[in-house]
Amino acid sequence: MSKISSLADLRKKREELQAGMDIRIRALNPENIVQVKVAMATCGIASGSKTIMEFFLEQLDRRNIEGVVTQTGCMGYCYAEPTIEVKLPGQDPVVFGFVDLKRADQIIEKYIKTGELVDGIIPVNYQTIDLKE
Amino acid sequence: MKSLALNILDIVQNSIRARANEITIRITESSEEDIYTIEIRDNGSGIPDGIIDNVTDPFVTTRTTRKIGMGLPLLRHHAELTGGSLKIKSKEGMGTEIKATFSFRHLDRQPLGDITGVLKIIIAANPGIDFIYNHLTDKGEYSFSTRETKEYLETDSLYENSLLDDIAGMIGENLKGIGATGFDYRGNV
Ligand SMILES: Nc1ncnc2c1ncn2[C@@H]1O[C@H](COP(=O)(O)OP(=O)(O)O)[C@@H](O)[C@H]1O
Ligand SMILES: [Mg+2]
Repeated sequence: MSKISSLADLRKKREELQAGMDIRIRALNPENIVQVKVAMATCGIASGSKTIMEFFLEQLDRRNIEGVVTQTGCMGYCYAEPTIEVKLPGQDPVVFGFVDLKRADQIIEKYIKTGELVDGIIPVNYQTIDLKE
Repeated sequence: MKSLALNILDIVQNSIRARANEITIRITESSEEDIYTIEIRDNGSGIPDGIIDNVTDPFVTTRTTRKIGMGLPLLRHHAELTGGSLKIKSKEGMGTEIKATFSFRHLDRQPLGDITGVLKIIIAANPGIDFIYNHLTDKGEYSFSTRETKEYLETDSLYENSLLDDIAGMIGENLKGIGATGFDYRGNV
């Protein structure tokens, strides 16, 4: 399809995709899916958290991983930005620091897909990061 | 911050933290009048009276995770480098308006950068917030609203990567159409 420059184009493309059953319908039960939270405060943004968030949005989709990518505020680890929190179904959340694209890729391939731990884990005494803000 | 879009991403975080459910981002640029402004308006909790006069002082923050807030001081710094300014209006319980004014032509003014990517991620990460993006140039005006888009597509969620990419592409096409400057154009499919 040619360039999408209006809501009408957007709707047309959606309808075509739906007709081809190309849109996955997600069962968004948060208990059963991977949750990725990207810390998005000033120091995170200055060190690249936007790129990391875009990478997870795109790659979970491409690699067919049931997951939701969202953001959180400052987790208090300015020295280790970009930081992300990953919660696998039924497990405690794990925080990773210094997440560049290479580490983000490892986190998906190893930690998210197989549960194997990778470098960059920040040990935390868990409350949850939302409450700490 | 390397671009105005990243500044915007950061300032919008304040509105998100203030529990806004509607956030408007408005950019006005005119090379003829040598002016470039960014306005961010929200209906969140507002800035407490006691600190409003001092929020561009880095040692003022209401967060507890660390003692300094850098977002507004940075934006003010970037604006002032070009001879511009930062104005903040806020009322507790009503919301906040931030307006950064830059000189369009000043060499120290950052380019807009990846605004469509920024919109993509804030829309994805904040399904409960209505975002409005408005961009005005010497040539025309473009307006995007998540609420209008959801209504038009008859969906209650825009959270889907290819849809978000198409939305980003659509916004980019329109920005190109009105001659918006300095943004990272990624042609859509
Ligand atoms: N839109 C807003 N709504 C409510 N309060 C705000 C808003 N923007 C800024 N503030 C207040 O101003 C403070 C300083 O903001 P900022 O300079 O971005 O630093 P930080 O976000 O790191 O605290 C915030 O901690 C908050 O109390
Ligand atoms: Mg801030």
